[in-house]
Amino acid sequence: MKGETDLVMTSNTNGALSFDGIGMIFPDGTEALQEITFSIDRGEFITVVGPSGCGKSTLLRIASGLLEPTAGSVEVDRDRLGYVFQDATLLPWRTVRQNVELLAELHGFDTAERKRLSTAAIDLVGLQGFENHYPKSLSGGMKMRTSLARTLTLKPPVFLFDEPFGAVDEITREHLNEETQRLFQSEGFAGLFITHSISEAVFMSTKVLVMSNRPGRIVASFDVPFGYPRQPQLRFDPEFALLSGEVSLALRGST
Amino acid sequence: MTTIPDVTRPGPEDTDGHPGSAPDVSLEADALVHAPGPPPGASRPRTALRAAVPPLVLGSALIGLWYVISYVILEPHRRFLLQPPHQVLDNGFLDWDAYSRILRALWNSTQVALIGLGIAISIGFFLATIMSQAKMVERAVFPFAVTLQAIPILAIVPMIGFWFGYGTTARVIVCIIISLFPIIMNTLFGLQSAERGMHDLFTLHHANRLTRLRKLMFPAALPAVFAGLRISAGLSVIGAIVGDFFFGQGEAGIGQLLRRYASQLDGEELLTSVIMSSALGVVVFWTFGWIQKLVIGKWHETEVLG
Repeated sequence: MKGETDLVMTSNTNGALSFDGIGMIFPDGTEALQEITFSIDRGEFITVVGPSGCGKSTLLRIASGLLEPTAGSVEVDRDRLGYVFQDATLLPWRTVRQNVELLAELHGFDTAERKRLSTAAIDLVGLQGFENHYPKSLSGGMKMRTSLARTLTLKPPVFLFDEPFGAVDEITREHLNEETQRLFQSEGFAGLFITHSISEAVFMSTKVLVMSNRPGRIVASFDVPFGYPRQPQLRFDPEFALLSGEVSLALRGST
Repeated sequence: MTTIPDVTRPGPEDTDGHPGSAPDVSLEADALVHAPGPPPGASRPRTALRAAVPPLVLGSALIGLWYVISYVILEPHRRFLLQPPHQVLDNGFLDWDAYSRILRALWNSTQVALIGLGIAISIGFFLATIMSQAKMVERAVFPFAVTLQAIPILAIVPMIGFWFGYGTTARVIVCIIISLFPIIMNTLFGLQSAERGMHDLFTLHHANRLTRLRKLMFPAALPAVFAGLRISAGLSVIGAIVGDFFFGQGEAGIGQLLRRYASQLDGEELLTSVIMSSALGVVVFWTFGWIQKLVIGKWHETEVLG
Protein backbone atom coordinates (compact mmCIF):
# COMPACT_ATOMS: atom_id res chain seq x y z
CA MET A 1 0.00 0.00 0.00
CA LYS A 2 3.04 2.18 0.05
CA GLY A 3 1.69 5.02 -1.97
CA GLU A 4 2.14 5.54 -5.64
CA THR A 5 4.84 3.53 -7.27
CA ASP A 6 6.44 4.27 -10.61
CA LEU A 7 3.87 5.86 -12.89
CA VAL A 8 5.53 4.87 -16.10
CA MET A 9 5.97 1.15 -16.17
CA THR A 10 8.37 -0.55 -18.44
CA SER A 11 6.98 -3.10 -20.82
CA ASN A 12 7.58 -6.66 -19.82
CA THR A 13 7.60 -9.07 -22.73
CA ASN A 14 7.56 -12.05 -20.38
CA GLY A 15 4.10 -11.18 -19.10
CA ALA A 16 1.08 -13.31 -19.90
CA LEU A 17 -0.49 -10.11 -21.20
CA SER A 18 1.45 -6.96 -22.10
CA PHE A 19 0.28 -3.63 -23.42
CA ASP A 20 2.95 -1.56 -25.10
CA GLY A 21 2.14 2.08 -25.83
CA ILE A 22 -1.52 1.41 -26.61
CA GLY A 23 -3.42 4.34 -28.07
CA MET A 24 -6.94 4.32 -29.43
CA ILE A 25 -8.62 6.97 -31.49
CA PHE A 26 -12.07 6.02 -32.78
CA PRO A 27 -13.11 6.89 -36.34
CA ASP A 28 -15.28 9.72 -35.00
CA GLY A 29 -12.16 11.34 -33.56
CA THR A 30 -12.72 10.40 -29.91
CA GLU A 31 -9.43 9.61 -28.25
CA ALA A 32 -10.18 6.81 -25.83
CA LEU A 33 -6.75 5.65 -24.72
CA GLN A 34 -3.29 7.17 -24.64
CA GLU A 35 0.08 5.53 -24.07
CA ILE A 36 -1.05 2.56 -22.03
CA THR A 37 1.89 0.38 -21.08
CA PHE A 38 1.82 -2.36 -18.47
CA SER A 39 1.95 -6.09 -18.25
CA ILE A 40 0.45 -8.86 -16.18
CA ASP A 41 2.11 -12.12 -15.25
CA ARG A 42 0.54 -15.36 -14.19
CA GLY A 43 -0.27 -15.08 -10.52
CA GLU A 44 -0.95 -11.36 -10.84
CA PHE A 45 -4.39 -9.84 -10.57
CA ILE A 46 -4.46 -6.26 -11.77
CA THR A 47 -7.53 -4.07 -11.48
CA VAL A 48 -8.03 -0.91 -13.47
CA VAL A 49 -10.31 1.63 -11.83
CA GLY A 50 -11.39 4.79 -13.55
CA PRO A 51 -14.31 7.15 -14.07
CA SER A 52 -17.16 6.07 -16.33
CA GLY A 53 -16.40 6.37 -20.01
CA CYS A 54 -12.62 6.62 -19.54
CA GLY A 55 -11.93 3.77 -21.95
CA LYS A 56 -11.49 0.92 -19.48
CA SER A 57 -13.65 -1.46 -21.46
CA THR A 58 -11.96 -0.38 -24.66
CA LEU A 59 -8.70 -1.60 -23.16
CA LEU A 60 -10.17 -5.08 -22.66
CA ARG A 61 -11.62 -5.17 -26.15
CA ILE A 62 -8.14 -4.36 -27.43
CA ALA A 63 -6.57 -7.00 -25.20
CA SER A 64 -8.94 -9.64 -26.55
CA GLY A 65 -8.51 -8.65 -30.19
CA LEU A 66 -12.14 -7.56 -30.60
CA LEU A 67 -10.73 -4.11 -31.36
CA GLU A 68 -7.51 -3.10 -33.11
CA PRO A 69 -5.62 -0.27 -31.35
CA THR A 70 -4.57 2.71 -33.45
CA ALA A 71 -1.19 2.78 -31.72
CA GLY A 72 1.01 0.36 -29.83
CA SER A 73 0.79 -3.39 -29.55
CA VAL A 74 -0.58 -6.15 -27.35
CA GLU A 75 1.12 -9.41 -26.59
CA VAL A 76 -1.11 -12.23 -25.42
CA ASP A 77 -2.02 -15.78 -26.33
CA ARG A 78 -5.57 -15.47 -27.62
CA ASP A 79 -6.21 -19.15 -28.06
CA ARG A 80 -7.87 -19.71 -24.70
CA LEU A 81 -8.54 -16.20 -23.54
CA GLY A 82 -11.00 -15.84 -20.68
CA TYR A 83 -13.37 -12.90 -21.04
CA VAL A 84 -16.22 -12.17 -18.67
CA PHE A 85 -18.54 -9.49 -19.98
CA GLN A 86 -20.57 -6.83 -18.18
CA ASP A 87 -23.67 -8.88 -18.87
CA ALA A 88 -23.62 -12.58 -18.22
CA THR A 89 -24.31 -13.07 -21.98
CA LEU A 90 -25.89 -16.45 -21.39
CA LEU A 91 -27.79 -18.01 -24.25
CA PRO A 92 -31.39 -18.10 -22.96
CA TRP A 93 -32.25 -21.28 -24.86
CA ARG A 94 -29.52 -23.24 -23.10
CA THR A 95 -29.61 -24.60 -19.57
CA VAL A 96 -26.88 -23.70 -17.09
CA ARG A 97 -24.93 -26.80 -18.07
CA GLN A 98 -25.36 -26.23 -21.80
CA ASN A 99 -24.24 -22.62 -21.36
CA VAL A 100 -21.20 -23.67 -19.39
CA GLU A 101 -20.31 -26.16 -22.12
CA LEU A 102 -20.59 -23.62 -24.94
CA LEU A 103 -16.94 -22.59 -25.16
CA ALA A 104 -15.68 -26.16 -24.96
CA GLU A 105 -18.14 -26.89 -27.75
CA LEU A 106 -16.81 -24.03 -29.87
CA HIS A 107 -13.29 -25.32 -29.28
CA GLY A 108 -14.32 -28.76 -30.52
CA PHE A 109 -14.05 -30.84 -27.33
CA ASP A 110 -15.94 -34.13 -27.36
CA THR A 111 -19.06 -34.77 -25.29
CA ALA A 112 -17.39 -36.65 -22.45
CA GLU A 113 -14.69 -34.02 -22.06
CA ARG A 114 -17.26 -31.22 -22.16
CA LYS A 115 -19.28 -32.92 -19.48
CA ARG A 116 -16.21 -33.37 -17.28
CA LEU A 117 -15.10 -29.74 -17.73
CA SER A 118 -18.56 -28.32 -17.12
CA THR A 119 -19.11 -30.43 -14.01
CA ALA A 120 -15.82 -29.24 -12.55
CA ALA A 121 -16.54 -25.60 -13.41
CA ILE A 122 -20.10 -25.74 -12.03
CA ASP A 123 -18.69 -27.15 -8.79
CA LEU A 124 -16.09 -24.38 -8.66
CA VAL A 125 -18.71 -21.63 -8.72
CA GLY A 126 -21.17 -23.47 -6.45
CA LEU A 127 -23.99 -23.99 -8.93
CA GLN A 128 -24.52 -27.71 -8.26
CA GLY A 129 -28.19 -28.55 -8.47
CA PHE A 130 -28.94 -25.80 -10.96
CA GLU A 131 -27.48 -27.50 -14.03
CA ASN A 132 -30.86 -27.89 -15.70
CA HIS A 133 -32.19 -24.43 -15.00
CA TYR A 134 -32.68 -21.94 -17.80
CA PRO A 135 -31.21 -18.45 -17.38
CA LYS A 136 -34.65 -16.86 -17.03
CA SER A 137 -35.07 -18.56 -13.66
CA LEU A 138 -31.68 -17.46 -12.29
CA SER A 139 -30.89 -14.38 -10.21
CA GLY A 140 -28.33 -11.86 -11.44
CA GLY A 141 -25.65 -13.32 -9.20
CA MET A 142 -26.27 -16.86 -10.43
CA LYS A 143 -26.18 -15.75 -14.04
CA MET A 144 -22.78 -14.21 -13.39
CA ARG A 145 -21.57 -17.43 -11.74
CA THR A 146 -22.72 -19.37 -14.80
CA SER A 147 -20.79 -16.93 -16.95
CA LEU A 148 -17.70 -17.41 -14.77
CA ALA A 149 -18.06 -21.20 -14.95
CA ARG A 150 -18.35 -21.03 -18.73
CA THR A 151 -15.04 -19.18 -18.91
CA LEU A 152 -13.38 -21.48 -16.38
CA THR A 153 -13.98 -24.57 -18.55
CA LEU A 154 -11.18 -23.41 -20.85
CA LYS A 155 -8.71 -23.02 -17.97
CA PRO A 156 -7.66 -19.67 -19.42
CA PRO A 157 -4.13 -18.50 -18.60
CA VAL A 158 -5.38 -14.92 -18.96
CA PHE A 159 -8.72 -13.85 -17.52
CA LEU A 160 -10.28 -10.53 -18.50
CA PHE A 161 -13.17 -9.16 -16.43
CA ASP A 162 -15.16 -6.26 -17.84
CA GLU A 163 -17.03 -4.84 -14.81
CA PRO A 164 -18.82 -8.16 -14.39
CA PHE A 165 -20.42 -7.48 -11.03
CA GLY A 166 -21.75 -3.99 -11.68
CA ALA A 167 -25.37 -5.13 -12.00
CA VAL A 168 -25.69 -7.25 -8.86
CA ASP A 169 -26.50 -6.06 -5.35
CA GLU A 170 -23.78 -5.16 -2.84
CA ILE A 171 -23.88 -8.37 -0.77
CA THR A 172 -23.88 -10.63 -3.82
CA ARG A 173 -21.07 -8.56 -5.23
CA GLU A 174 -18.96 -9.11 -2.12
CA HIS A 175 -19.59 -12.86 -2.30
CA LEU A 176 -18.62 -12.88 -5.95
CA ASN A 177 -15.45 -10.91 -5.13
CA GLU A 178 -14.52 -13.49 -2.53
CA GLU A 179 -15.13 -16.30 -4.98
CA THR A 180 -13.19 -14.58 -7.72
CA GLN A 181 -10.11 -14.23 -5.55
CA ARG A 182 -10.52 -17.84 -4.48
CA LEU A 183 -10.63 -18.86 -8.17
CA PHE A 184 -7.63 -16.66 -8.87
CA GLN A 185 -5.78 -18.53 -6.18
CA SER A 186 -6.81 -22.03 -7.24
CA GLU A 187 -6.52 -21.50 -11.01
CA GLY A 188 -3.48 -19.25 -11.00
CA PHE A 189 -4.44 -17.20 -14.05
CA ALA A 190 -3.27 -13.70 -14.86
CA GLY A 191 -6.25 -11.48 -14.10
CA LEU A 192 -7.15 -8.10 -15.54
CA PHE A 193 -10.27 -6.69 -13.88
CA ILE A 194 -12.11 -3.52 -14.83
CA THR A 195 -14.35 -1.79 -12.32
CA HIS A 196 -15.26 1.52 -10.79
CA SER A 197 -15.67 0.08 -7.32
CA ILE A 198 -12.57 0.83 -5.27
CA SER A 199 -13.27 -1.68 -2.51
CA GLU A 200 -13.80 -4.41 -5.09
CA ALA A 201 -10.47 -3.46 -6.69
CA VAL A 202 -8.48 -3.42 -3.47
CA PHE A 203 -10.11 -6.56 -2.12
CA MET A 204 -9.21 -8.81 -5.04
CA SER A 205 -6.08 -7.45 -6.66
CA THR A 206 -2.35 -7.69 -6.31
CA LYS A 207 -2.16 -4.27 -7.94
CA VAL A 208 -4.61 -1.43 -8.62
CA LEU A 209 -4.12 0.93 -11.55
CA VAL A 210 -5.98 4.23 -11.72
CA MET A 211 -7.02 5.48 -15.12
CA SER A 212 -7.69 9.12 -15.91
CA ASN A 213 -10.67 10.60 -17.65
CA ARG A 214 -10.75 10.37 -21.44
CA PRO A 215 -8.31 9.96 -23.04
CA GLY A 216 -7.56 7.18 -20.58
CA ARG A 217 -4.02 7.08 -19.19
CA ILE A 218 -2.64 5.19 -16.22
CA VAL A 219 -2.09 7.94 -13.63
CA ALA A 220 -1.39 5.94 -10.48
CA SER A 221 -0.46 2.45 -9.41
CA PHE A 222 -0.85 0.83 -6.02
CA ASP A 223 0.57 -2.48 -4.89
CA VAL A 224 -1.83 -4.30 -2.60
CA PRO A 225 0.18 -5.92 0.20
CA PHE A 226 -2.43 -8.36 1.56
CA GLY A 227 -1.84 -12.08 1.17
CA TYR A 228 -4.30 -14.67 -0.11
CA PRO A 229 -6.75 -16.09 0.72
CA ARG A 230 -8.36 -12.84 1.77
CA GLN A 231 -11.12 -13.05 4.33
CA PRO A 232 -14.29 -10.95 4.11
CA GLN A 233 -13.35 -9.12 7.29
CA LEU A 234 -10.31 -7.69 5.51
CA ARG A 235 -12.73 -5.00 4.30
CA PHE A 236 -12.88 -3.68 7.88
CA ASP A 237 -9.08 -3.60 8.31
CA PRO A 238 -7.69 -0.07 8.84
CA GLU A 239 -4.95 -0.72 6.30
CA PHE A 240 -7.60 -1.70 3.76
CA ALA A 241 -9.46 1.55 4.44
CA LEU A 242 -6.28 3.58 4.16
CA LEU A 243 -5.33 2.05 0.81
CA SER A 244 -8.87 2.47 -0.49
CA GLY A 245 -8.70 6.10 0.54
CA GLU A 246 -5.47 6.64 -1.36
CA VAL A 247 -6.90 5.01 -4.50
CA SER A 248 -9.99 7.16 -4.12
CA LEU A 249 -7.86 10.27 -3.84
CA ALA A 250 -5.91 9.37 -6.97
CA LEU A 251 -9.18 8.69 -8.79
CA ARG A 252 -10.56 12.09 -7.79
CA GLY A 253 -7.37 13.78 -8.85
CA SER A 254 -7.67 12.15 -12.25
CA THR A 255 -11.03 13.61 -13.20
CA MET B 1 -17.58 -18.32 3.04
CA THR B 2 -20.27 -20.16 1.19
CA THR B 3 -23.17 -18.47 -0.42
CA ILE B 4 -26.62 -19.84 -0.81
CA PRO B 5 -27.53 -19.69 -4.45
CA ASP B 6 -30.64 -17.68 -4.76
CA VAL B 7 -33.18 -18.25 -7.44
CA THR B 8 -36.25 -16.32 -8.33
CA ARG B 9 -39.12 -18.70 -8.31
CA PRO B 10 -42.37 -17.28 -9.57
CA GLY B 11 -45.00 -18.97 -7.47
CA PRO B 12 -48.63 -19.36 -8.45
CA GLU B 13 -49.40 -15.93 -7.05
CA ASP B 14 -47.24 -14.39 -9.77
CA THR B 15 -48.97 -16.16 -12.59
CA ASP B 16 -52.44 -15.88 -11.21
CA GLY B 17 -53.80 -13.44 -13.75
CA HIS B 18 -56.50 -10.96 -12.86
CA PRO B 19 -59.95 -11.64 -14.29
CA GLY B 20 -60.04 -10.92 -17.97
CA SER B 21 -56.41 -11.68 -18.59
CA ALA B 22 -55.56 -14.39 -21.03
CA PRO B 23 -54.73 -17.78 -19.55
CA ASP B 24 -51.09 -17.82 -18.59
CA VAL B 25 -49.99 -20.89 -20.43
CA SER B 26 -46.33 -20.22 -19.62
CA LEU B 27 -47.20 -21.37 -16.11
CA GLU B 28 -46.72 -24.94 -17.14
CA ALA B 29 -43.32 -24.29 -18.67
CA ASP B 30 -42.26 -22.48 -15.52
CA ALA B 31 -43.34 -25.40 -13.42
CA LEU B 32 -41.03 -27.64 -15.41
CA VAL B 33 -38.10 -25.41 -14.66
CA HIS B 34 -38.92 -24.89 -11.04
CA ALA B 35 -39.28 -28.50 -10.13
CA PRO B 36 -39.08 -27.95 -6.36
CA GLY B 37 -41.88 -25.35 -6.48
CA PRO B 38 -45.50 -25.95 -5.53
CA PRO B 39 -47.42 -28.55 -7.53
CA PRO B 40 -48.14 -26.96 -10.90
CA GLY B 41 -51.76 -28.05 -11.06
CA ALA B 42 -52.69 -26.47 -7.75
CA SER B 43 -54.04 -23.20 -9.04
CA ARG B 44 -54.87 -24.12 -12.60
CA PRO B 45 -58.59 -24.93 -12.36
CA ARG B 46 -59.25 -21.57 -10.74
CA THR B 47 -57.08 -19.81 -13.30
CA ALA B 48 -58.83 -21.63 -16.13
CA LEU B 49 -62.23 -20.67 -14.74
CA ARG B 50 -61.22 -17.05 -14.41
CA ALA B 51 -60.00 -17.13 -17.97
CA ALA B 52 -63.10 -18.84 -19.35
CA VAL B 53 -65.85 -16.84 -17.68
CA PRO B 54 -65.37 -13.39 -19.26
CA PRO B 55 -65.41 -14.57 -22.90
CA LEU B 56 -68.42 -16.81 -22.15
CA VAL B 57 -70.31 -13.85 -20.71
CA LEU B 58 -69.45 -11.64 -23.67
CA GLY B 59 -70.33 -14.45 -26.11
CA SER B 60 -73.75 -14.90 -24.51
CA ALA B 61 -74.35 -11.16 -24.69
CA LEU B 62 -73.48 -11.15 -28.41
CA ILE B 63 -75.88 -14.02 -29.10
CA GLY B 64 -78.53 -12.11 -27.17
CA LEU B 65 -77.88 -9.05 -29.32
CA TRP B 66 -78.15 -11.25 -32.40
CA TYR B 67 -81.65 -12.39 -31.31
CA VAL B 68 -82.65 -8.80 -30.65
CA ILE B 69 -81.62 -7.80 -34.16
CA SER B 70 -83.35 -10.79 -35.77
CA TYR B 71 -86.64 -10.54 -33.88
CA VAL B 72 -86.99 -6.95 -32.72
CA ILE B 73 -85.12 -4.73 -35.14
CA LEU B 74 -85.71 -6.60 -38.39
CA GLU B 75 -89.31 -6.77 -39.61
CA PRO B 76 -90.43 -10.34 -40.46
CA HIS B 77 -90.11 -9.86 -44.24
CA ARG B 78 -86.53 -8.66 -43.83
CA ARG B 79 -85.55 -11.32 -41.32
CA PHE B 80 -83.68 -13.29 -44.03
CA LEU B 81 -80.91 -10.68 -43.69
CA LEU B 82 -79.99 -12.07 -40.28
CA GLN B 83 -81.66 -15.33 -39.36
CA PRO B 84 -81.71 -16.00 -35.62
CA PRO B 85 -78.94 -18.19 -34.17
CA HIS B 86 -81.00 -21.36 -33.71
CA GLN B 87 -82.01 -21.32 -37.36
CA VAL B 88 -78.41 -20.97 -38.45
CA LEU B 89 -77.68 -23.90 -36.18
CA ASP B 90 -80.53 -25.97 -37.67
CA ASN B 91 -79.97 -25.23 -41.34
CA GLY B 92 -76.22 -24.81 -41.27
CA PHE B 93 -74.49 -26.84 -38.60
CA LEU B 94 -77.13 -29.55 -38.03
CA ASP B 95 -78.09 -30.10 -41.66
CA TRP B 96 -75.46 -32.70 -42.51
CA ASP B 97 -75.78 -32.16 -46.29
CA ALA B 98 -75.01 -28.48 -46.02
CA TYR B 99 -72.51 -28.86 -43.23
CA SER B 100 -70.49 -31.62 -44.88
CA ARG B 101 -70.31 -29.53 -48.06
CA ILE B 102 -68.95 -26.64 -46.00
CA LEU B 103 -66.45 -28.87 -44.19
CA ARG B 104 -65.20 -30.35 -47.48
CA ALA B 105 -64.72 -26.89 -48.94
CA LEU B 106 -63.02 -25.75 -45.78
CA TRP B 107 -60.65 -28.70 -45.91
CA ASN B 108 -59.77 -27.87 -49.54
CA SER B 109 -59.01 -24.29 -48.55
CA THR B 110 -57.02 -25.46 -45.55
CA GLN B 111 -54.82 -27.59 -47.77
CA VAL B 112 -54.25 -24.67 -50.12
CA ALA B 113 -53.41 -22.40 -47.18
CA LEU B 114 -50.95 -24.91 -45.68
CA ILE B 115 -49.19 -25.54 -49.00
CA GLY B 116 -48.92 -21.79 -49.58
CA LEU B 117 -47.69 -21.21 -46.04
CA GLY B 118 -45.14 -24.01 -46.34
CA ILE B 119 -43.72 -22.54 -49.54
CA ALA B 120 -43.76 -19.02 -48.05
CA ILE B 121 -41.86 -20.31 -44.99
CA SER B 122 -39.19 -21.91 -47.17
CA ILE B 123 -38.76 -18.82 -49.33
CA GLY B 124 -38.96 -16.49 -46.33
CA PHE B 125 -36.40 -18.37 -44.22
CA PHE B 126 -34.03 -18.65 -47.13
CA LEU B 127 -34.27 -14.96 -48.04
CA ALA B 128 -33.99 -13.80 -44.43
CA THR B 129 -30.97 -16.01 -43.83
CA ILE B 130 -29.01 -14.69 -46.80
CA MET B 131 -30.15 -11.15 -45.97
CA SER B 132 -28.69 -11.63 -42.49
CA GLN B 133 -25.40 -12.83 -43.94
CA ALA B 134 -24.82 -10.08 -46.47
CA LYS B 135 -25.82 -6.46 -45.96
CA MET B 136 -25.86 -6.01 -49.72
CA VAL B 137 -28.51 -8.69 -50.20
CA GLU B 138 -30.55 -7.10 -47.43
CA ARG B 139 -30.36 -3.72 -49.15
CA ALA B 140 -31.30 -5.27 -52.49
CA VAL B 141 -34.25 -7.34 -51.27
CA PHE B 142 -35.71 -5.03 -48.65
CA PRO B 143 -37.53 -2.55 -50.92
CA PHE B 144 -39.11 -5.37 -52.89
CA ALA B 145 -40.26 -7.13 -49.76
CA VAL B 146 -41.92 -3.92 -48.63
CA THR B 147 -43.50 -3.47 -52.06
CA LEU B 148 -44.82 -7.02 -51.91
CA GLN B 149 -46.49 -6.13 -48.64
CA ALA B 150 -47.96 -2.95 -50.10
CA ILE B 151 -49.66 -4.65 -53.06
CA PRO B 152 -53.42 -4.70 -52.50
CA ILE B 153 -54.18 -8.38 -52.85
CA LEU B 154 -57.49 -7.76 -54.60
CA ALA B 155 -55.70 -5.77 -57.30
CA ILE B 156 -53.28 -8.53 -58.10
CA VAL B 157 -55.62 -11.53 -57.85
CA PRO B 158 -57.10 -11.13 -61.37
CA MET B 159 -53.58 -10.92 -62.79
CA ILE B 160 -52.57 -14.11 -61.01
CA GLY B 161 -55.55 -15.88 -62.56
CA PHE B 162 -54.60 -14.41 -65.94
CA TRP B 163 -51.06 -15.78 -65.66
CA PHE B 164 -51.44 -19.01 -63.74
CA GLY B 165 -54.95 -20.13 -64.58
CA TYR B 166 -57.84 -20.37 -62.20
CA GLY B 167 -56.93 -23.58 -60.38
CA THR B 168 -55.01 -24.63 -57.31
CA THR B 169 -51.68 -23.14 -58.43
CA ALA B 170 -53.16 -19.67 -58.57
CA ARG B 171 -54.80 -20.09 -55.16
CA VAL B 172 -51.50 -21.21 -53.63
CA ILE B 173 -49.69 -18.26 -55.17
CA VAL B 174 -52.13 -15.84 -53.55
CA CYS B 175 -51.36 -17.47 -50.19
CA ILE B 176 -47.62 -17.16 -50.74
CA ILE B 177 -47.80 -13.50 -51.71
CA ILE B 178 -49.98 -12.55 -48.80
CA SER B 179 -48.04 -14.46 -46.14
CA LEU B 180 -44.43 -14.03 -47.25
CA PHE B 181 -43.67 -10.57 -45.89
CA PRO B 182 -44.17 -11.20 -42.16
CA ILE B 183 -42.03 -14.32 -42.41
CA ILE B 184 -39.14 -12.51 -44.08
CA MET B 185 -39.27 -9.52 -41.77
CA ASN B 186 -39.71 -11.39 -38.50
CA THR B 187 -37.08 -13.95 -39.33
CA LEU B 188 -34.61 -11.26 -40.36
CA PHE B 189 -35.36 -9.25 -37.24
CA GLY B 190 -34.93 -12.39 -35.16
CA LEU B 191 -31.64 -13.32 -36.77
CA GLN B 192 -30.35 -9.83 -36.01
CA SER B 193 -31.61 -9.87 -32.44
CA ALA B 194 -28.70 -11.68 -30.77
CA GLU B 195 -26.91 -9.22 -28.49
CA ARG B 196 -23.53 -7.81 -29.36
CA GLY B 197 -21.98 -9.42 -26.28
CA MET B 198 -23.04 -12.85 -27.51
CA HIS B 199 -21.55 -12.15 -30.92
CA ASP B 200 -18.36 -10.99 -29.21
CA LEU B 201 -18.26 -14.27 -27.31
CA PHE B 202 -18.50 -16.26 -30.54
CA THR B 203 -15.89 -14.02 -32.18
CA LEU B 204 -13.50 -14.45 -29.26
CA HIS B 205 -13.69 -18.19 -29.60
CA HIS B 206 -13.18 -18.19 -33.34
CA ALA B 207 -16.62 -19.49 -34.31
CA ASN B 208 -17.09 -19.66 -38.05
CA ARG B 209 -20.10 -18.27 -39.89
CA LEU B 210 -22.03 -21.52 -39.93
CA THR B 211 -21.49 -22.19 -36.22
CA ARG B 212 -22.55 -18.66 -35.40
CA LEU B 213 -25.68 -19.07 -37.50
CA ARG B 214 -26.53 -22.47 -36.06
CA LYS B 215 -25.73 -21.96 -32.40
CA LEU B 216 -26.47 -18.27 -31.97
CA MET B 217 -28.55 -16.59 -34.67
CA PHE B 218 -31.12 -19.32 -35.43
CA PRO B 219 -32.06 -20.03 -31.82
CA ALA B 220 -32.11 -16.31 -31.04
CA ALA B 221 -34.47 -15.81 -33.98
CA LEU B 222 -37.06 -18.37 -32.86
CA PRO B 223 -39.33 -16.11 -30.79
CA ALA B 224 -39.59 -13.59 -33.61
CA VAL B 225 -39.98 -16.37 -36.18
CA PHE B 226 -42.96 -17.75 -34.31
CA ALA B 227 -44.51 -14.31 -33.99
CA GLY B 228 -44.22 -14.03 -37.78
CA LEU B 229 -45.57 -17.51 -38.36
CA ARG B 230 -48.73 -16.82 -36.41
CA ILE B 231 -49.40 -13.69 -38.44
CA SER B 232 -48.58 -15.43 -41.70
CA ALA B 233 -50.65 -18.51 -40.94
CA GLY B 234 -53.71 -16.32 -40.44
CA LEU B 235 -52.94 -14.38 -43.61
CA SER B 236 -52.48 -17.58 -45.57
CA VAL B 237 -55.98 -18.71 -44.60
CA ILE B 238 -57.32 -15.36 -45.80
CA GLY B 239 -55.29 -15.78 -49.00
CA ALA B 240 -56.78 -19.20 -49.62
CA ILE B 241 -60.32 -17.86 -49.20
CA VAL B 242 -59.75 -14.76 -51.31
CA GLY B 243 -58.06 -16.80 -54.04
CA ASP B 244 -60.84 -19.34 -54.00
CA PHE B 245 -63.43 -16.60 -54.16
CA PHE B 246 -62.05 -15.50 -57.51
CA PHE B 247 -60.79 -18.76 -59.02
CA GLY B 248 -63.50 -21.26 -59.83
CA GLN B 249 -61.54 -24.12 -61.34
CA GLY B 250 -60.77 -27.33 -59.53
CA GLU B 251 -62.34 -28.38 -56.28
CA ALA B 252 -64.33 -25.63 -54.70
CA GLY B 253 -63.02 -24.16 -51.50
CA ILE B 254 -64.82 -22.13 -48.90
CA GLY B 255 -64.49 -18.95 -50.98
CA GLN B 256 -66.60 -20.47 -53.77
CA LEU B 257 -69.23 -21.54 -51.28
CA LEU B 258 -69.34 -18.07 -49.70
CA ARG B 259 -69.86 -16.61 -53.14
CA ARG B 260 -72.61 -19.08 -54.04
CA TYR B 261 -74.49 -18.72 -50.75
CA ALA B 262 -74.30 -14.94 -50.95
CA SER B 263 -75.69 -14.87 -54.46
CA GLN B 264 -78.48 -17.31 -53.51
CA LEU B 265 -79.35 -15.34 -50.38
CA ASP B 266 -78.79 -18.48 -48.27
CA GLY B 267 -78.27 -16.57 -45.04
CA GLU B 268 -77.98 -19.59 -42.75
CA GLU B 269 -75.38 -21.42 -44.87
CA LEU B 270 -73.53 -18.17 -45.50
CA LEU B 271 -73.24 -17.46 -41.79
CA THR B 272 -72.21 -21.04 -41.09
CA SER B 273 -69.44 -20.76 -43.69
CA VAL B 274 -68.28 -17.44 -42.25
CA ILE B 275 -68.21 -18.86 -38.73
CA MET B 276 -66.33 -21.95 -39.89
CA SER B 277 -63.79 -19.81 -41.78
CA SER B 278 -63.17 -17.78 -38.67
CA ALA B 279 -62.88 -20.97 -36.66
CA LEU B 280 -60.24 -22.20 -39.10
CA GLY B 281 -58.28 -18.98 -38.59
CA VAL B 282 -58.50 -19.40 -34.83
CA VAL B 283 -57.43 -23.05 -34.99
CA VAL B 284 -54.45 -22.17 -37.17
CA PHE B 285 -53.43 -19.32 -34.85
CA TRP B 286 -53.84 -21.54 -31.82
CA THR B 287 -51.92 -24.42 -33.39
CA PHE B 288 -48.91 -22.24 -34.07
CA GLY B 289 -49.10 -20.87 -30.55
CA TRP B 290 -49.05 -24.43 -29.28
CA ILE B 291 -46.04 -25.34 -31.43
CA GLN B 292 -44.31 -22.18 -30.21
CA LYS B 293 -44.91 -23.18 -26.63
CA LEU B 294 -43.55 -26.65 -27.29
CA VAL B 295 -40.41 -25.35 -28.95
CA ILE B 296 -39.43 -22.26 -26.97
CA GLY B 297 -41.81 -22.15 -24.00
CA LYS B 298 -39.21 -23.57 -21.66
CA TRP B 299 -36.76 -20.73 -22.03
CA HIS B 300 -38.58 -17.78 -23.58
CA GLU B 301 -39.98 -15.11 -21.29
CA THR B 302 -43.08 -13.83 -23.07
CA GLU B 303 -46.25 -15.67 -22.42
CA VAL B 304 -48.04 -17.26 -25.29
CA LEU B 305 -51.59 -16.12 -25.81
CA GLY B 306 -54.32 -18.41 -27.05
